Amino acid sequence: MFDTRDIIETISMIREECLDIRTITMGISLYDCRSDDCNTLCTRIYDRIMSSAADLVKIGEDIEKKYGIPIINKRVSVTPIALMAGGLDPDGAVKIAKVLDRAAGELGINFIGGFSALVQKGCSNGSRAVISAIPQALAETQRVCSSVNVASTKAGINMDAVAEMGRIIRRTADLTADRSAIGCAKLVVFANVPEDNPFMAGAFHGIGEPERVINVGVSGPGVVASAIRRQGNCNLTEVAETIKRTAFKITRVGQLVAREASERLGVPFGIVDLSLAPTPAVGDSVAYILESMGLEKCGCHGTTAALAMLNDAVKKGGVMASSHVGGLSGAFIPVSEDAGMIEAARCGALTLEKLEAMTAVCSVGLDMIAIPGDTPAEVISGIIADEISIGVVNTKTTAVRLIPAGKVGDMVSFGGLLGEAPVIPVSKYSPAEFIARGGRIPAPLQSLKN
Amino acid sequence: MKAVVSVIGKDSVGIIAKVSSGCAEFGANILDISQTVLAEYFTMIMIVDIDNLSISFNAFVDRMAEYGKAAGLDINVMHEDIFNSMHRI
Repeated sequence: MFDTRDIIETISMIREECLDIRTITMGISLYDCRSDDCNTLCTRIYDRIMSSAADLVKIGEDIEKKYGIPIINKRVSVTPIALMAGGLDPDGAVKIAKVLDRAAGELGINFIGGFSALVQKGCSNGSRAVISAIPQALAETQRVCSSVNVASTKAGINMDAVAEMGRIIRRTADLTADRSAIGCAKLVVFANVPEDNPFMAGAFHGIGEPERVINVGVSGPGVVASAIRRQGNCNLTEVAETIKRTAFKITRVGQLVAREASERLGVPFGIVDLSLAPTPAVGDSVAYILESMGLEKCGCHGTTAALAMLNDAVKKGGVMASSHVGGLSGAFIPVSEDAGMIEAARCGALTLEKLEAMTAVCSVGLDMIAIPGDTPAEVISGIIADEISIGVVNTKTTAVRLIPAGKVGDMVSFGGLLGEAPVIPVSKYSPAEFIARGGRIPAPLQSLKN
Repeated sequence: MKAVVSVIGKDSVGIIAKVSSGCAEFGANILDISQTVLAEYFTMIMIVDIDNLSISFNAFVDRMAEYGKAAGLDINVMHEDIFNSMHRI
């Protein structure tokens, strides 16, 4: 029989500490849809998505009810559209984005990922069409998410792509300026992008993936923060142990849901992503975890160390709880989506420079950060280049999702899970000449590390 | 298979009777009951056998929640596997 304390612990994790399954994401391969003709391609993609994911939302809701745990998002990721768009011009790529959007709307999912290109070594025709189409595609769709991988540890950094992505983010911001530059919230620039990530905006169905796959992203920053608070005054070894134990429990629920979704949908289980993903809800914040360890404000000196320990302990606890772990797996620090980060950025404790340092030890990167609306494209490219090089040199995923909107000190609001962010300053000195050089930064040496 | 029925509400006379009759109506056999009063809130945990439910499990979840609402109680039914997963290796 069950221990009453265990039962009450589980129930209070869900009811009071915002434990949830953040997303069940179905990856769908579009290879079968290939066609030289744009309209045929669009029809095939639409049919493929609709037939593959018809039951996703319903089955997600059934599982939610069975276990009494909220499953916040049901989503779809598809083969990077750049691989399908070889014969298309940018207008054709925009058409595909609209088809993805329509399918997502009809399935009842909130985001569809995969309007993506992998250009770490250079741009194919398809990649070029997709990248050029991004601003219009994101401005004219609701649910489509886009990502571009501009670097990898093996290939180095494609600086032409970095320069281009600065301009693309700029244009996307301009085209959606009347909606707080919302287009930029759906666009991520990556280094070492994972091909099985269930989280948006960076999800796509990777090249080595099966026809269909179920990936699950767990959450639960509130649960970790509460567990640390309950632990009271103890040393950091004990804090790390507490995080590990909590991450184990959270991930086990993710594994349970992933297994059940996979069985019911008849789709292979891919991975559980061990990420701690915050939401703007009070009590669901990664910043609060760091503060519960004893930091006065997230962003103060000591934050990087606390985050490094958190990130490592989450992985150690989570790995044992799931048969397959993948995706981004680590603590997320999206500023606008985390009540504690928003507060820390607003009061000046958390700066762009500190965020950059933090991304060297945790998942993802400079995420959902509002920068001044008039930031020039080459400064955005400079920020991307810095962040991407942290990923390339450290053999990890890093990413950039910046939103140029408003003036320093303004609050920019995106609504829903995307939250709101104070606009923080960027350096006023220009990297324009460096960015304009283009070319590729060679892959870093991975030995002789002394 | 089993499920955990948790009941939270203001303490009042006859809560157990109300929830038990709900379980009986839908064929859920009560295996174990424990209860405690936290602050002024009554918390009851009931383990029930759901092999012979007269309705689907998800419908049972809904009906018990409605039952609770009518009685001023917060009744949640969760399948045992979530507790097994979390607390047993």
